[in-house]
Amino acid sequence: MYTKRIIPCLDVKNGRVVKGTNFVGLRDAGDPVELAHRYDVERCDELIFLDITASNEQRDTIVQVARDCASKVFIPFTIGGGIRTTEDMRKMLKAGADKISLNTAAVKNPDIIKQGADIFGRQCIVLAVDARKAGEDKWEVYVNGGRTPTGIDVLDWVKRGTELGAGEILLTSMDADGTKDGYDIPLTRAVSEAVDVPVIASGGAGKLEHFYDVLSQGKADAVLAASVFHYGQFTVRQVKDYLKSRGIEVRL
Amino acid sequence: MIAIIDYGVGNLFSVEKAFSQYTDDVMVTDDRSLIEKADKLVLPGVGDFGACMDNFQASGLCPAVMDRIAAGTPLFGICVGLQILFEGSEESPDAKGLGVFKGKVRKIHAPGLKVPHMGWNSVEFAQDGLPFFEGLPANPFFYFVHSYHAVPDDESIIAATVEYGEQLTAAVYKDNVMATQFHPEKSGDVGLMVIKNFIDWKCD
Repeated sequence: MYTKRIIPCLDVKNGRVVKGTNFVGLRDAGDPVELAHRYDVERCDELIFLDITASNEQRDTIVQVARDCASKVFIPFTIGGGIRTTEDMRKMLKAGADKISLNTAAVKNPDIIKQGADIFGRQCIVLAVDARKAGEDKWEVYVNGGRTPTGIDVLDWVKRGTELGAGEILLTSMDADGTKDGYDIPLTRAVSEAVDVPVIASGGAGKLEHFYDVLSQGKADAVLAASVFHYGQFTVRQVKDYLKSRGIEVRL
Repeated sequence: MIAIIDYGVGNLFSVEKAFSQYTDDVMVTDDRSLIEKADKLVLPGVGDFGACMDNFQASGLCPAVMDRIAAGTPLFGICVGLQILFEGSEESPDAKGLGVFKGKVRKIHAPGLKVPHMGWNSVEFAQDGLPFFEGLPANPFFYFVHSYHAVPDDESIIAATVEYGEQLTAAVYKDNVMATQFHPEKSGDVGLMVIKNFIDWKCD
């Protein structure tokens, strides 16, 4: 049976995982590959590495992370952050990444979505969207790590992005992110119904029910979470066991 | 030596690394002489059927690979590497496949479901005792990314199926050729077991 996906997200800076983790028994909590392996053992379905390296000189550290991960962890993974050109994409894919995610660069230059999809296939191109509520059933796209409003409507943007060739949407609710009060169900549902590609819901996970709610009512295909996994509040396995008990198909 | 055939499509790094878990004697190569003397071959493929065939023909490696298949060399096709073993595809009506197997590659018809079929899905073995599924649990999960699926004329070559709106071919096997629609190199421990089984495969 076809399953919903659980995706931990790792923030990586200069080749090291930032945001501490409470995993017991890790030799090096900052090693992206050791963490990736740990999540793989817990049965996560994919991984996302978000590169938050600030300086351009250190930019290639994420390529090495991709290469190390692809050498040791045999599940799909996505690299996001700082990717601006098809040459950047090629580097990541060649290093073993399965997908790349575009956020600010796609808003500034939407054509990059099409260029990437034409060369590498749309299944490689994830459009990451940071959304903030702007009114009744209306959300606005933010860029630059959520600092800059764009005036662009989220539903218009995801439709345009998928027309240009995005094969998946990674949707983060800025209102829900960090609250642990649950994913933004109306937003996720509106986006899932607006596009015909898979939607990964992000932002707000705090309880096991939250995963169930966004996959059922929110119609998401996959859920991303960071802190609840990193700080050991739940294991991926616990989330999957819970979802299974509520009748959602997962890979156990 | 196991040769992973590099004919210019897609990224072969993960495939090579997956094989490297179990053998040092594997290489990614576009060298015809190595393909001619390899003990086993891996035929990868991603993206468009027609583009894959164009690249494969242009690489000049196609005749050598066909000769090796005819001579009984074990070959493992992966994803579009499975599809091009067939005669043609609805994706690229003008492109001719390798025709190792009779049959066509067709668009997935899955009303209400998203295409591509992307993610983890469980497969059903169509035959018992297949060497490359040895040691696997029943109905194991594999990672799929595809919009087209192979429909063999001879159903007896189907080794595994997967349900996605309709029943799709997940793996085929005949004589010295096996191929999977899923990506064993991205399917975690069960995927690695399939790769190990191919490495250990005594094909006669």
